[in-house]
Order: sequence, then structure tokens, then C-alpha cells
Amino acid sequence: MKSRFFTGAAVVAVAALALTGCTASADESDSGGGALKIDVPDLPMHEKMGDFEDSLDIVAWSGFVEPAWSDDFTAETGCTVNRRVAGTSDEMVQLMRTGDYDLVSASGDASLRLIAGGDVAPLNLDLVPNFGDDIVEGMKGQIYDTINGKSYGVPIGRGANILQYNSEVVTEEPTSWSVAWESDSPYAGQIIGYDAPIYIADAAVYLMAHEPDLGIKNPYALDKEQLAAAIDLLKQQNKIVSEYWADPAAQITSFVGGNSVIGTSWEVLRKLSEDEKFKSVLPEEGSTGWSDAWMLSGESDSPNCAYAWMDYTSAPEVNGQIAMGFGMAPANAAFCDLNDEAKAHCDYFNATDEEYFKKVWFWTTPIEQCIDGRTDVQCTNFQEWTDAWLTVKG
Amino acid sequence: MLRLSRGARIGLGTIVAVVLVFMYTPLLLVVLNSFNAARIASWPIREFSLEWWGKAFASEPIRAALLNSVLVGLGATAVALLLGTLVAFALQRYSFFGKQSVNLLVVLPIALPGVVTGVALNNTYNQLLEPIGIQVGYFGMIIAHATFCIVMVFNNVFARLRRLSPNVEEASRDLGATPWQTFRLITFPQFRSAFIAGGILAFALSFDEVVVTIFTAPPGVDTLPLWMMNQMARPNEASMVNVVATVVILFSLLPVWASQRLGREISDRD
Amino acid sequence: MKRRAHLAGLLALPMFWLIGIYIFSLVMLLVTAFWTTDPFTSKVKPGFTLRNFEQLVANPAYLSTAVRTLVIALAVTVLCMLISVPLGIFMAKIAKPWLRALLAVAITLPLWAGYLVKILAMRVTFTDAGFFNWALAPFGITGPSFSITTVVLTLTYLWLPYMAVPVYTAIRQLPANLFDASADLGAGAWRTIRTIVLPLIKPAIIAGSIFTFSLSLGDYIAAKFVGGSTQMIGSIIASNINLNPPIAAAFAVVPIAFVVIYLLSVQRTGALERM
Repeated sequence: MKSRFFTGAAVVAVAALALTGCTASADESDSGGGALKIDVPDLPMHEKMGDFEDSLDIVAWSGFVEPAWSDDFTAETGCTVNRRVAGTSDEMVQLMRTGDYDLVSASGDASLRLIAGGDVAPLNLDLVPNFGDDIVEGMKGQIYDTINGKSYGVPIGRGANILQYNSEVVTEEPTSWSVAWESDSPYAGQIIGYDAPIYIADAAVYLMAHEPDLGIKNPYALDKEQLAAAIDLLKQQNKIVSEYWADPAAQITSFVGGNSVIGTSWEVLRKLSEDEKFKSVLPEEGSTGWSDAWMLSGESDSPNCAYAWMDYTSAPEVNGQIAMGFGMAPANAAFCDLNDEAKAHCDYFNATDEEYFKKVWFWTTPIEQCIDGRTDVQCTNFQEWTDAWLTVKG
Repeated sequence: MLRLSRGARIGLGTIVAVVLVFMYTPLLLVVLNSFNAARIASWPIREFSLEWWGKAFASEPIRAALLNSVLVGLGATAVALLLGTLVAFALQRYSFFGKQSVNLLVVLPIALPGVVTGVALNNTYNQLLEPIGIQVGYFGMIIAHATFCIVMVFNNVFARLRRLSPNVEEASRDLGATPWQTFRLITFPQFRSAFIAGGILAFALSFDEVVVTIFTAPPGVDTLPLWMMNQMARPNEASMVNVVATVVILFSLLPVWASQRLGREISDRD
Repeated sequence: MKRRAHLAGLLALPMFWLIGIYIFSLVMLLVTAFWTTDPFTSKVKPGFTLRNFEQLVANPAYLSTAVRTLVIALAVTVLCMLISVPLGIFMAKIAKPWLRALLAVAITLPLWAGYLVKILAMRVTFTDAGFFNWALAPFGITGPSFSITTVVLTLTYLWLPYMAVPVYTAIRQLPANLFDASADLGAGAWRTIRTIVLPLIKPAIIAGSIFTFSLSLGDYIAAKFVGGSTQMIGSIIASNINLNPPIAAAFAVVPIAFVVIYLLSVQRTGALERM
């Protein structure tokens, strides 16, 4: 087991850690993530590449690890890639805690949990040369994968939770999320919501714009009162939803089948609906979104294969293949300049449009420490969010 | 034969017809959708296409997943048949303290959400067995599936044993048959159809299982339901699941028909 | 004493399997119901607290979800019974041999279509523009959309063979002369069914009901796909098991309790002993 191998070198590693930690935080002190200090378990970092192991076990979202690019990787490195597809962030965390897996493609609502739980190790970005200047600004050093100046994730891609609507029913392009939240929405009974505790943040984004008195500055930093307000809004919405989706297949069939005419979506789902009548918009309030990153298990027994994989998949071509395969904005902007098809993909998913993504609050695990910088109150953690979410549907 | 009035017969026939419509409408949609040009099942069918059939037949992962599902299903069913029958005999032929608890024990694995069983077994495999050098690997899945399949065999065999008269067995013993001969020639034929029915249901349950499998399948091993779940999560080729389902339905005709014939003998002798 | 040895011989292997592997694993997990969770890492710390059970009672969402799940599971079971008995009688005692064989295959065939495929097919059947509304629109009937009703229908669809197969097998085993005797004694068909058939196939119905009831209690994927905003016990356990295993463990006691009560009440009716 790798962890045992590491304990011997732990002292050296910790020293090295302190060093790289400093340089990293100097680079990224302005991006928010590096500034936050949170107590997390200290795990050693891989120092330099060694011989490749035999196999690499990855937990990933569907479409992230496909033979189309993993076969080449195996041919190059000799690392056989074993994939397990997870359906939800909860499943991912659970699977990573089994210790069976080396890598995970974690979304922001899972990553902080993994870091705090000591399940993933900090990354030595020097061993990932493809993680360079071409990685889009908005995906570097974000709070959901960079803690205390240490980086835990290599970004893969991102997307916004947009407002999708059926233009045959919703004839005028909505500018606000209000049609999805307010009781007097003309589309009551035909609204679709997202089915996870993290959806509370969507309510918070709406409240941020419409109830300024609540003082929400970051939808993932809610004190008890603000959480209660978000839950009230969700309960109000629960009366007018047709259903909630967690599975993309459900979302698409809901729109195509006519049960829902408006609600939260991803660009890729709209695309897969294959019908021009479905349109989407990023409303004026902004929205939530997700950003996925490779994270390395603290117990990985194939760290060399894992680093090689992170580097391999950060190259413009492969990163682009994953982004196109899943349907999201790639992390590596260099992909967008490869050819016309790549360019079209990047345009469709606003890959390099930082102005667009400035309006997007990427999923972040809520923790007790308020990540908006408040120190006078305690914020609600994800566990409280989960309990609260379960009361929404009752 | 049951003597029923004409009205009653028609009434029963109507119920059966309605039930069949209820059961086969979704299946019909599955089959039709395998020819749907859309990426994901829909109604009405957007446009007919053979694209998904071609893709499904060329797909290596589907074949691997199918093989895994069949292997796991057969392994789990074999264990379930043995254990389920043993428990059924114990509970039916003997009365003892804690009988009800044993019954509960057998039912429990299907009454708890799969995620509980899956995570519990996963914990044991990883926290307990791995440190002492036991890698369950592929068998972890079979163990898990067998656990919730036992009840299928148990309940069917148990219900049948209740109706068997012990006199025949006694007669057999009195005539000098060994216990094994009695079992093989007298007892087993009497509950064979329940045994087969239980086996089929056990296999079907294992063949369909998603949640427990997620947590007990070794990395890189997909069963058919896991592959299907994967397709639903990235629905650019989700219509392939309809092709696979159609093919599996067609192929399942064989074992279902065979078991039908095997299980029939006794009742037709009446 | 010899009987004891026999019994031990029969039970040794199954009990080793069920207790040694399954119950052991389950207890290791469920014991955490008394433990606490670190709120940040969501890792479980040993200790002793009843707070998790208190929360089950304190949170009204948990209680209403438990009741809703129970109602769904019972409805599915009753529906499966109402379908299986006439189906079984028709197949075993009315249908001609060729039709009987055909129907026997027909009721098991849907088992092979795949759980997720069937749920997706039910979705496509019951969407607003779906097959159900399309087919019944001429009669002015609109479907239940995605609701508890659809969940019950879907679960019934999924689990029906698990009831229909044992019930049919049991009816087929009933000796034909029983019916003749009953008819000769002047009993009508309905009376024969009620007084002869039903009591005799009760064990099979109960066997089947245990499947349909238990499988429905544990399911939550159907609710997720066709339930609209319906939440079941499994949904709550699944969303807590990772983040807050103690609460999930405490809530897992609820379906266990339901099954215990169900088994006990089935036994109370004496159906199993009367045979």
C-alpha cells in the first residue's frame, strides 16, 4: 500500500510541503481560495515521478474516462485504466473512502469534503506540466479545490446551471429566475428543480438579488437565518414544481415529454434534447455551476500512474475530448484554438468567456466557517443543508 | 377444472387482458425506442433508425457487462438455491426458538435500501478483510447478490413445503429408501417447480440490481445495470439501453421457456 | 437430539452466511446510529448518543416520509395481490394448455427488461405527451403525471412477477378433484375460490407479498424517476449515508421495524400454520 510506503518519507514530505505551500499561496492569494485557512489533515505530497504501476483505478462522471483516450494512455504508460462511473457526488465520496480508487473527478460539492476528510492528498503541480498558462483563469486556485494555499485538484471542465425553457410555451425569453421561484409564476406546475441539497444554493443566489436585507454575500456561506430563508423559498417552489431531476435522462425526458417547460439545466442537456424549441439563458441574478477536478486519493497505490493521467488529460487535445464527450467547457483553453470544431464547442459552452463565468457561483461544500469572510457568525455546514433539504419535499 | 359461468370467465379474461396491456405497454415502448433516432427514449418515436442496433452490436463494453451480469447472476443464484432451500427445510420441518428471527433475517436484505447493504458489505470487505489479506474482488459482488437472493428461493420453496404431506416421505423411508433416495425421488420432485421459480426470480433480481452492485463491484467491472446507469447519466447514446433490453428479452425466452417445461411435469400429472 | 443435529446441519451454512457476513456487516454499520459525526469531515466518531433517533422524531419530514413509504409499499402489495389471484386462476384453471404456457412465459418476461430500462419506459409512458395520455386522450382520460400514484404503478409493474409467479405456481398445484368436489357439493365458482382456493394459496400470496412489500420499502430510484417530488425512506437513507452515516443508520431501523411488524402480523393471522 502506498500509504505505508509514504510514512517513511513523511518527515521529508512535510518539509517539502511547507515550502510549496508558501509559493502556491503567494501566487494565488488574490483568487480567494488561497486566502482561506481551514484545518485539514496533513497528507504527504508526491515528490517526484517514479516507475509506473500496473493499473489505475478511477471514479469518474460518465464520459470522463472513455476508451477513446484511455487506451492511448495505457499504451503510453502501461497503466491499465479501471473505471467506475458514479452517479452522484455522494457516491463519489463514498467510493473514494473505500480506498479502492486512486483518482476521482470531483465536483466542488464533493471536493472540500474529501480534502477535509483526509481522503485526498495535496498535489505537486510541478509533476503536471500540462497544468500551465492555458488553464482558464476561472479554474485556478478556487476555494473548492485549493485550501491553505495547497492545490488538491487538477481542473477538467466546468458548466453553469442555466435556466432552460420551452420557447413554444415560454414565448418571451425570461431575464430572471423569478419564473422558477415565485408562486405566481405563469408556469406553475411545469417547473423542474434540481434534486440535491446543493440546490439550496440556487435559492440563495435568487435571494441574494431579491432579498438584499438577508445579507447573503456568497450562496455557500449561509448562516442559520439565511438558510431558513432559502428553505422557505424552496418549499414555496416545491408547490409549483412538476418534478426534481438528478439524472440527466430524467431531465431530458421531462422537457421532451412536456411535463416541464422551464427550470434548471446544463447546456449539454439542452443540446441533447435535440430540439430547437428548447432555449436557455443565464438570468440576471447569475446562477450556480459546477467545476470538476481530478483529485488523488491519499491512499493511492498508483500515484505515478495517477499523476501521468492528470497530466495526460490536461493536454489540450485530451482535455477537449473529455469536454466534448461530456458536454462542458474545457479547462484547457488551448484546445479552443486547435480547429474549427473545437472552436465551435468552446463558443457553445462559453469556455473562455470569463465574464460569463463571473456570474456563476461554482458548487462548494458549505462548511461552518463562513467562506465569505464573516467571522461573527457560524455558517451552516453541508450536513445541515442535507437535513434541511429533506424537509423541502417533506 | 374450475367450473365458472360464462360471465365469470369473460370477467377473468378481461382482467388478464388488462394486466397484459399494463405489463407490455412499457416493454413495447422499449422495443420501439430501440429503433428511435433520438438519443433517448421518447414518445412519439421521432424517426426510425437502426443506428443504435449497429452501435450496440459493435460495443465491446456491452458484451463484457452482459457476461459479468450472467456470471454474477448464476453464481448468486446457485448460492441462493442451496441456502434458501436449506433454510426453508429447517423452518418448515422443525420448530425451534428463534424461528421468526431466522425468517426475518432472510427477508432483511431486500427490505433495506440497497445502499445500506452495499455500504455495509463494502465496509467489511475493505476495513476487515483487506487488511488481513483477503481480496474478495469479483466474489464480493456474488456474495452480496446471493445475500438478497436467498429470500426468493426460500419463500417459494417454503410455501410449497407447507403443502407437502410428510406421509409419502415416511412411506418411502419405511420401504427402505435411504434419506438421499427419499429426497431425490420423493421430496425434490414435489417442490421442484417452486425451486425453479425461486431460482428464476433470484437470477432476475440479481440481473437487475444497481445500487448494491455500485458498492461491491471491483473497480473497472461493470454489470449490465451499471452500464445502463452510466448511459442514462450521459444520455448521448442512451437509446442503446433499449436495444440491449430488447435483445435480453428475446434471449431470456429460451431459459424461461425451458424452465416452464421443467416445472410443468407434476401439475400436468394431476 | 438427532432432530437437533439435523436442524443444526440444515441451518449451519445459511446462518454462517447471513449472520457471519451480512448481519455482521450490517451491525458494524448500524451501530453508528449511536455514534456522532464530525460536522466538517463527515467522518464518524464512536460514542454514545440517542440524538440521531431523536432527530427522526423531531424532524417532521422523516415521519411523513416513513408513513408515505409504508402506504406506498402496502398499496403496491394489495395491487399485486388483486392482479395475481385472478391472473393465476385464469392461467391455471381456465386457459387452455397452449395459452397457459404462453401466459407463464408472458408474466416472467418483463423481469428481463432491466430495472432502469423499465423505469425509463414508465417515464416515457406517463409524461404529459407520453404514451398513456396519447392512447387515452380519445376517451378524455389524462394520466396521473409524476406523482405517488405513478410510483405505486411503477413499483407494481416492477415487482408483479415476484407475486404472480408463486401465486400461479400454487394454484396450478391444487388438485383438480378439489374443484370437482366443491362443485359437486353445489358451491358456485366464487364460493369455491373464496373458501377453497384462497385459503390454500394463502402461503404463496404471503410469500409474494413479502417480496412486493419489502422491495417497495427499500426502493427509491422509482420515486426519483417517476415520483415528481415524492420522497421515500430510501431517498433519505441514501442522501445521508455518506454525509451523516449515523442518521442513515438510525433511519434504516424504520424499514426493519416495518418488516418485523409485517412478518408478525402475517403470522398472527395464522395463515402459515393452518396449512
